[in-house]
Amino acid sequence: MTPLAGYLLLSALLFCIGLVGALTRRNAIIILIGIELMLNAANLNFIAFWRFSEHPEALTGIMFTIFAIGIAAAEAAVGLALIIAIYRHYQTTNVDEVNQLKG
Amino acid sequence: MTLSFALIALLTVVAALAAMLLRNLVHCALAMVVAFVGIAAAFLNLDAQFVGFAQILVYVGAVTILIVFAVLLTRGGLAPERSLFSTSWVWGGGVALAVFATLAWAIRQSVIRDRQPLPEPDVTVKQIGEALMTRFVLPLEVIGLLLTAALIGAVIIAMKEAPAGGKREKESADLEEPGNPPSVMPPPTPEGGLS
Repeated sequence: MTPLAGYLLLSALLFCIGLVGALTRRNAIIILIGIELMLNAANLNFIAFWRFSEHPEALTGIMFTIFAIGIAAAEAAVGLALIIAIYRHYQTTNVDEVNQLKG
Repeated sequence: MTLSFALIALLTVVAALAAMLLRNLVHCALAMVVAFVGIAAAFLNLDAQFVGFAQILVYVGAVTILIVFAVLLTRGGLAPERSLFSTSWVWGGGVALAVFATLAWAIRQSVIRDRQPLPEPDVTVKQIGEALMTRFVLPLEVIGLLLTAALIGAVIIAMKEAPAGGKREKESADLEEPGNPPSVMPPPTPEGGLS
């Protein structure tokens, strides 16, 4: 079976791809997709460490991942509501053009 | 490294790259679905069936629908004429590369990198449910509260803004209403006029 390092490297690669998207793209929706990818990479790490741990019956990794998925769903809902509110106000989702705090 | 892991890793990484680099937003959302399915397959490969299917339900089902709706509501499906990337994309890419190099170096130095898994753990959904109801019951309640708050907050944030001055006009209309006699009198019946 694949050693632990394989899963950890896959997770690190996914995290960095999400980071590239969140840091370099202009569109707010793509930035949100990048953040979701980073959260998923962290979940993959949790599950990998749980599977390779010496006491998998403690279920800690699985529980943490379930709660992280729930929080990510809440974050996606609020983030997309914010994007829609910003779009209604500025008529754009380009984060380079959303540059003032004044309404 | 087994063949299944290699295939899953290749699929996930290629789909994630496509989700970050494609031009059309709808294509990005579809590539993101493939990446999420790949991560769910990696969960199944690690014998975490419950989390794998929860991942498919929540991400492939719900989050994707939300993102497609956001694309729909913001006219984002049209590809931009100008550059996709912000002006400081070199710095962003450099930071991401540095993060990956650090992580890969740390994984390489780790003492547990070659650890092989134990025989498959016998984790049933019943056990997960019992743990959720006993040891993890407080986090479960807290996350229920958080999801409720997020639901209400998302609705309030995305609610349509009142146009400027619209509220005042409505108030003045409300003030005038009780004093006014009904302005429209019932028209006289033609029968009464004729007779």
